[in-house]
Formats: sequence, C-alpha cells, structure tokens
Amino acid sequence: MNSLIARLIAQRLALGISLLFAVSMLIFAGTQILPGDVAQSILGQGATPEALANIRRELGLDQPAWQRYLSWLGGILQGDLGTALSNNRDIAESLGRRVNNTLFLAFWTAVVAVPLAILLGLVAVRYQNRWPDRLISGSTLTAISLPEFFIGYLLIYFFAVQLNWFPSVASVHDRMNLGERLHAIALPAATLTLVILAHMMRMTRAAILNVMQSAYIETAELKGLRSLLIIWRHAFPNAVSPVVNVVMINLAFLVVGVVVVEVIFVYPGMGQYLIDHVSKRDIPVVQAVCLIFAAVYIGLNMIADLVSILSNPRLRHPK
Amino acid sequence: MADQLLDIRNLKIEATLRPPGEKPHDVTIVEDINLSLPRGRVLGLIGESGAGKSTIGLSPAGYGRGGVRITGGEINVNGRNILELGASSMRALRGKEVCYVAQSAAAAFNPAHRIMDQVIEATLWHGLASRKQAEKRAVELFRKLGLPDPEHFGERYPHQVSGGQLQRAMTAMALCSEPDLIIFDEPTTALDVTTQMDVLAAIKEAIRDTGVSALYITHDLAVVAQVADEIMVLRHGKMVEHGETRQIIENPQQEYTQRLVSVRSIDHTAKSPGEPILTVNGITARYGKAGIGKPVLDDVSVAITPGQTLAVVGESGSGKSTLARVITGLLPPEKGNIQFDGRTLKAALKQRKKEDLRQLQMIYQMADVAMNPRHTVGTIIGRPLEFYFGLRGRKQRARVIELLEQIELGPEFHERYPAELSGGQKQRICIARALAADPKLIICDEVTSALDPLVADGILKLLLRLQEEHRVAYLFITHDLATVKAIADSIAVMYQGQVVRYGTRDEVLAPPFDDYTDLLLSSVPQMRVGWLEEAFSQRRMEAQGN
Repeated sequence: MNSLIARLIAQRLALGISLLFAVSMLIFAGTQILPGDVAQSILGQGATPEALANIRRELGLDQPAWQRYLSWLGGILQGDLGTALSNNRDIAESLGRRVNNTLFLAFWTAVVAVPLAILLGLVAVRYQNRWPDRLISGSTLTAISLPEFFIGYLLIYFFAVQLNWFPSVASVHDRMNLGERLHAIALPAATLTLVILAHMMRMTRAAILNVMQSAYIETAELKGLRSLLIIWRHAFPNAVSPVVNVVMINLAFLVVGVVVVEVIFVYPGMGQYLIDHVSKRDIPVVQAVCLIFAAVYIGLNMIADLVSILSNPRLRHPK
Repeated sequence: MADQLLDIRNLKIEATLRPPGEKPHDVTIVEDINLSLPRGRVLGLIGESGAGKSTIGLSPAGYGRGGVRITGGEINVNGRNILELGASSMRALRGKEVCYVAQSAAAAFNPAHRIMDQVIEATLWHGLASRKQAEKRAVELFRKLGLPDPEHFGERYPHQVSGGQLQRAMTAMALCSEPDLIIFDEPTTALDVTTQMDVLAAIKEAIRDTGVSALYITHDLAVVAQVADEIMVLRHGKMVEHGETRQIIENPQQEYTQRLVSVRSIDHTAKSPGEPILTVNGITARYGKAGIGKPVLDDVSVAITPGQTLAVVGESGSGKSTLARVITGLLPPEKGNIQFDGRTLKAALKQRKKEDLRQLQMIYQMADVAMNPRHTVGTIIGRPLEFYFGLRGRKQRARVIELLEQIELGPEFHERYPAELSGGQKQRICIARALAADPKLIICDEVTSALDPLVADGILKLLLRLQEEHRVAYLFITHDLATVKAIADSIAVMYQGQVVRYGTRDEVLAPPFDDYTDLLLSSVPQMRVGWLEEAFSQRRMEAQGN
C-alpha cells in the first residue's frame, strides 16, 4: 500500500459519503413534493381541521422542511430510521429482518451468477465465433430478453409444479437452517441469475476480447501456453476493471431491483416492504428504504472503483 | 539434415483479405522461400514493410498473425516438418525450441505481472526447470545482458523499467528456456539510437555465448550488418538476394539491394540563416503544476529563417515534441515567449487568431491516426481550404487536385479513403493538408519515422521541393541523424529539456563535439561489418583516456 493509493481511496470514500448526503437531500426533497397528506391519509376524509392540525403537530409536520431534514438526518446518523406513520412501529426494527432476507437472496445469487458469468465469458472468448460462443451468447441473451416474471413463472411451472423439486413460495423464517433456506430461495435465485447473467457475461467477453488484441497475448501464445490459460492469466487481469463495474451494477440490481421477483415468490424482502408503504403514503419508511438503496448503489460502485484502482499495477507499484 | 536446425522449402503463405463491401479473397503474401540455417548461425531477414519478413520470421513457430496461413512447402525444425504437427505438439515447440523477441517489448510484456514471472513462464510451462532453477538462470541472463541490479530486476513490473531494459528482459525471456532458435523481430527499432547500440551489443553477445541460432528481422541494413552472419533481402514476399553479410553490404548484386545500401542519397546544401520568421525566446515549460518537479523544457531558445529548415534532434524524453506543443499553443509555457512573423504569439491556442493558426501548420508522425478514416482525401484536404479561405464546391475540388499534383499524386485520389492508401501516400496527404492552409511554417514531428527508408527518402525529397517552391519554413523534429543531415539548414540538439548544441548544420556536425552530440553521432549504426565492435572499443579507449 502506498501513499498514492491511500490518497485515491480516501478520495473515493470522501466522494461516496458526500454523494450519500446529496442523495439524502434529494430523497427528502422528493418525498416532500409528493402529492398527498400523511395526516389526511391517517385520519381519513372525515377528519376535522383541528384533528389534522393536532396530528401534524404530533408528527412534527408543522416545522419548516430544513428542520425536519436535519432531525431526520440526525436520527439516521444515530441509527434511528424513525417511526412508521402507518403502524407506529420502529422502522429500523421491522426493516432489519427484511434487509437481511434481501441481502441473503442477493448474496447467494451473486455467488452463483458472478463466477458463472465470468466463466461463460472466458469460454466464449476461447471459442470465439464458434458454436460454444454462439450458444452462450444466444441463450443468455434470450434469458435477458424475457421479462423476469415470465422466467419466474416458467421455473415455478417446471421445478415446483411439475417436478416438485423446489417450493413455489419462497418463504423463509427464523427457525430454518441454512440448507432449508437455500432450498427455499433456489427458484428466485435462479430467476435472478438468468436475469443478470447475460449482462456480465457479455461485458467479460467484450473486455477480454479487447485485451486479446494486445501484443502480450501474442507473446503468451508464442510461449506455447494453452488458450484458456492465456485468457485466464494474461487477458483477464487486464480486463478486470470494466468487468467489475458491470458486476457491481448487477449486484446493486440484486438488492434494489428485485421487487417483481419478490412478489412472484412471495419473498419477504425489502422491495415488497417499500411498495406496501408507498401505497400507504408512509413517508418515513419510503425515505428510509430509498436511503438504504442509495447507500447500496453508492457503496457497490465505490467498491468497483476501488477494485479498478487496486487492479492497476501502475498505481499499485509506482515507479 | 541434423546439422541444419531450420530448413524451409518452397514456403508459401496466404492470407484472407476481408475488405468492407467486397467478397473475401485470398492473397499470397510469401512465395518460393527457401532457406536453411545451421546451428549457431544468425540470418538477417531484411525488407520494407509488406515484404513478408515478419511473416516468414514467425513461420518456424508455426504462427501466423491475423488470418495468415501457411499453405505450401515445408518448415523443418530439428529435422521434423512442423506443418504436420498437431496443436499440442505445436505448443510444445513454441517457447521451448523456438522463442520470439518482439519489436516493442513494452507492449509484449503483460502489465499485470512481474517481469520475473513472465521471463520464466515458458521454462516452467514446458517443465524444463524448477522455479528455483529457472529464476537462477533468469538472474544470470539479466546479469549477462547488462541489466541493473540483476538479483532484484525481476521483481519489478514492466512499467517500472525503461524501454531498453525491457527489450533486454525480452531477450532474457527468449533465452531462458534455452531454445534452439530465436526470432528477433525488429528488437531495436523502437529504441533510441544510443540505447539501440547497447541492446544490439547485448543481443550479439548473448547469441555468441549461448550458441543459439537466430533469425534477425529488420528494415535497417546497417543494424543487421552488425549481428547477422548472412542476409536475405526480401521484397513483396519473394527473395531478392541471399548471401554472406559482407557480400550483401559491400557487393550487392541486385538493383534493389543496391538501392537499400545506398539509401539517403539526398544532396542538400545548407543555407545560411537570415532574418527569422519564428523566434523561440527562453521557453520553460512543464506538464502539471507550475514549479513542481523538473521542467520538460528548460530555457529553450531557437530561431527559424523563412524558407529554411531547423532540425530539432534528440532522444525520447528530450522535450522536442513538447517544444512543438508550446509553439502550436497546445501547452502554454511557464516562461518565455514566441515571436512569429514580427508579432508575439499568444501563449494559449484559444487566444490565437485564425490567421496565426493558418500560418502555422503541423504534420504528425502517425499519418494513419492524423486523418479521419471516414473522410475521403478530398474532404481531408478540402477542410482547411473551406475553413481558412472559404473555398467550396468546384473551386475547392480544383484546388485539392492542384495540391494532389504537388504531392505527386493523381486526381483519382480525391475520392479515396485513408484505408486505401499506403503509409507513404498517407503522409503525403497530410503534407497536402498542411500545405492547403498556405502556411509560413510547418512543424514536422517525426514525419518519416514510421516509414520505410526508401519511402521516407521520397517524402524528404518532396518536402525539400515544396520548400523551394513555397518558401515555407520547417521545424523538423526527429531522432534520426541521417534525416537531419539530409535536410537541415540549422540544427538544435536537445537533451533532457535543454538545447545542448545549436547552430548551422555544418557547425553542429563538425568537431569538436560536446559529449552528448558525440555520443549521439557515434551511436548511429554505419553500414559496414564490424562497426559495432569498433564503436565500442573506441568508446572504451576514450573512457580510459579520460
């Protein structure tokens, strides 16, 4: 570790944190201009103006926006996400389990999808423009072209209804052990894998093909090395940076973009929770969930940046 | 046959061309090549680009670049025809019996791995030694090739060492698996002239000490004369002449070989300087923040007379291209100013008037990338005509054709695209484009470096003729002293950002020399056998004398 890298990393961290602050402002501002009135939606149409004023005062809605923003932000910095308006429960508490569920699904999908995508990318390069390449490209593109609910129902039909291998409803609860949980999430994880595979695989293929033009690949070929070894040892390390960026975008999607899959498999994740509370106009919950999504996006992209920096030998080992 | 390490019979190599919009078709690149190489001998393959020398050179490794196929004849390495080998036997041959040293070691080393791992990779892969033994051998080779700190040299990454050092490391990489044959593909072409001499000597010594056979590919006859035992001259994929090195250099039989030997026959009388058109006064410039680190240009002052050529000579890193960037306004200097045609030029490009831009044109080293590949020649040359003089339509076309005539190309080139042109023709188009603005000064940045000697000669003659006709001044940036001798009226020698020697051509090229100019001049390979040894013993004597 040298000072140049330390400085670059510190820069990225600072940038990520300030970006998160900016996003928190945007989220807050965005929820303010949303139509609808929380007090009204809690009390219903028949509420008297006095009752509305009372509940607004109680919720702090009568204070100026910047004051509410600061107290909201102050709470978050201390780990307090606020209280849900609709059911008066602590958001952090009810969100915690769902965050865990979402991350659990995302993690195991990533464990399968990322190595698989990279491996398929390497094989596609090895057999460029021959049938294995075409088969891989064709099938992954087909998978990405189909809507995820369609893939989800297709998998349910075959693997849950016909073969009865996996449950169609991916409910998980605290008393399940790891094996039971994995069994439960097999189908949603497979659906998500099919959705994100093509993107990562094609980026791996393109990035490596780009590197395969380099003179050092010719050097490796003239050493008599095997093709797959050349691709793995000489091409891939120089293609890491674009691949990592795409991988991280897909991982972020696994956390924030899985609402449809959660609904299909009735999986108790964050997406469903968000949708429920949007329809209830429960602003604090929406804010909290959006902030977590933003943090995931920014965090993963920051990791992609850091990996790109660390994978560059010119930065790692300066002259 | 066992005494012949390499025996090539009736070699024929074809490639499939896939021009856009046309049907793919096969072309013959190499035909009727016969050669045999006993153990311990070095054969030089010489020719211009497109002569097929690299294609022939790579054939003993069974390797063809980009769709090139060996379609006829036989290539016997160690007594067996490698064209009959399967894929895995071919891999067993490469890196073990036949090794390769590329032109640009900087590109041929993988930036992601340490030098040592790459140098011993083939040795380990073919199971020729344990890692420990291979590393020991590599360190010995580093020492033999004169690399600094051989014990720890391999721990570094390619970007941490210089180009000349990488070229030696690549030679070590080829020698490490103790092959029977090494293919050297222009190993010194990308190097500075002073570095070239050292690397050449290191390669020669390594070949002699290890007794390996070698194919030495180059376009530079003077270089190959120093290392090869015999030379084969190639043109358009066919053999022109083959003989002992001394015979080819001293008594060439074929007309083409004679032309190669006598290249650089330009006769140019240097003019004496007059009232300058451009004066560079005390320029100090650097990249990045002012005042930090060493400046790239340090108090540089030169002047150019109208209708004359100032050659700026130096090796890479001497600041000669930065000088061009300062004059064109791409890099505003920290100190100093530039007088042009009686006025002071604004430092930054954006502040300059259109007239300033018009009168100061530039021609680049890489003609390919200096032209938009999607524009026709007519559009490329027509653009400055429209921009500076408002010429359009028929008038523009007539003027473009006039300019094409001046660069000795016919009107049919008007509709062509850069991809359809040869290297020399591309550079001519770039010259026409500069000329279209009717400039008073053209900055020529290494304009002949990427060209073959005979083509480069044609370009230089053209530039001289255009100078006569248009009284345009040239600032000619180059690292090639032969070019300088051919066309310069004045010379500025640059070293590490400073002008170390400056004056008329005859003053600069006459003794007594300063140390650097002396080193530079004595490093230019001369076209005779034994020059390398003489130059080195001369240097040793001088070092002892001091």
